[in-house]
Amino acid sequence: MALAEKILTGDIRSAARLMRDIDDGFRSAVDELKILYPHTGKAFIIGITGPPGAGKSTLVDQITAAYRRRGKTVGIVAIDPTSPFTGGAILGDRIRMNRHADDPGVFIRSLATRGHLGGLSRSTGDVVNVLDAMGMDVVIVETVGVGQDEIDIVSMAHTTTVVMVPGLGDDIQAIKAGILEIGDVFVVNKADRADADRTVRELATMLEMNPDRGKGWQPKVLKTEASRNRGIEELVDEFESHRVYLHESGAIHHLLEEKNAKQFLEILRERLFSDVFSHIEVNGRFREIVAGMMTREKDPYSAVEEIVAERLRFDL
Amino acid sequence: MAERKLRIMVAKPGLDGHDRGAKIIARAFRDAGFEVIYTGLHQTPEQIVAAAIQEDVDCVALSILSGAHNTLLPRVCELIREKQADDIIIFGGGVIPDDDIPGLKAAGLKEIFTPGTSTEDIVKWVRDNVKPRA
Repeated sequence: MALAEKILTGDIRSAARLMRDIDDGFRSAVDELKILYPHTGKAFIIGITGPPGAGKSTLVDQITAAYRRRGKTVGIVAIDPTSPFTGGAILGDRIRMNRHADDPGVFIRSLATRGHLGGLSRSTGDVVNVLDAMGMDVVIVETVGVGQDEIDIVSMAHTTTVVMVPGLGDDIQAIKAGILEIGDVFVVNKADRADADRTVRELATMLEMNPDRGKGWQPKVLKTEASRNRGIEELVDEFESHRVYLHESGAIHHLLEEKNAKQFLEILRERLFSDVFSHIEVNGRFREIVAGMMTREKDPYSAVEEIVAERLRFDL
Repeated sequence: MAERKLRIMVAKPGLDGHDRGAKIIARAFRDAGFEVIYTGLHQTPEQIVAAAIQEDVDCVALSILSGAHNTLLPRVCELIREKQADDIIIFGGGVIPDDDIPGLKAAGLKEIFTPGTSTEDIVKWVRDNVKPRA
């Protein structure tokens, strides 16, 4: 029996193995994903993003516990960075959440970025789909610790949560473009710290200046102390309010359209690139072109046009 | 472009609170190019085995300094067999008397490293004995 069929009957090892095949770029994983796709689209996907050390993993641990108390099953994808020098990684998000490891209603998978920018790994979307097909009610995606511009999570999650902590900078940081624009929910974690209220105020001020203020969903700023389990029930209530809003307002339709378009284009881009690249790598054209560029006999622009015209038989 | 990357879990079973060694090993594995899943302290054998299966690791490195190795390490091997996941290699290290090593190996631990072993030797052992599963 193929992995996908075993996954649909609840086999954990097959799910874990397919995630590995996806992450390692095995073509066979694509056939399994084709079988799983009709079984996806049911999970509520929550994204958690924010700077390193903000407490994202601890929050995910507590959110998971809260959803388990509400009788929901939870899948978690937690991403940590790959070393640009050795290709190795230390995936440490489980340290905060491994108490859930032997709960059959929870499945946790750690992924390394493997050089992908944007806060997620290239495999994240497909791994989320596996968890969705496994029947997880809620899937939580924890991004790598991000700075200002890593916003892939928006097109992955139904509800994006931006976690901040006190003391990371002044109110100019709060009006810059980037991750502070993407939150459906904002959290100031470590709220026992002295300047927490100031951080909440700065974020709230930023949100009030939003040109769409008063229209559609109004993001709130919530305070949590994840390590003491404070503010977590309120946070989960806010996720649920956002979920209800998405469905009642019809905003879910637009969100899913964008998400699906983006997913399709990403798969198309990957597939075209890997097909063309493996061809020119095997037949030696790739090395020829690079050598030609060294002597300036070949320019990369014409080389790409020639290869695209040959491989895809398009007229440019 | 498919390529298997070695995934390894570093776990600390039981109640001892010292993870300097485990962190140094984790770092050495990272520098060897492996993906290392570190579970942190105070793990039960059940948590370790469940995590190893969910993460689809090739092997689990157990670090133990508490003296409870003769109970906890064989228990991990027993559970992994119960889950029919004994293609995942289990090895260990820590303050373990030489006399206990044959019993632990008989219980299913592929190797035991004792104090004074260099991280290079451990990485080399992993390269020689653990292959990413096909």
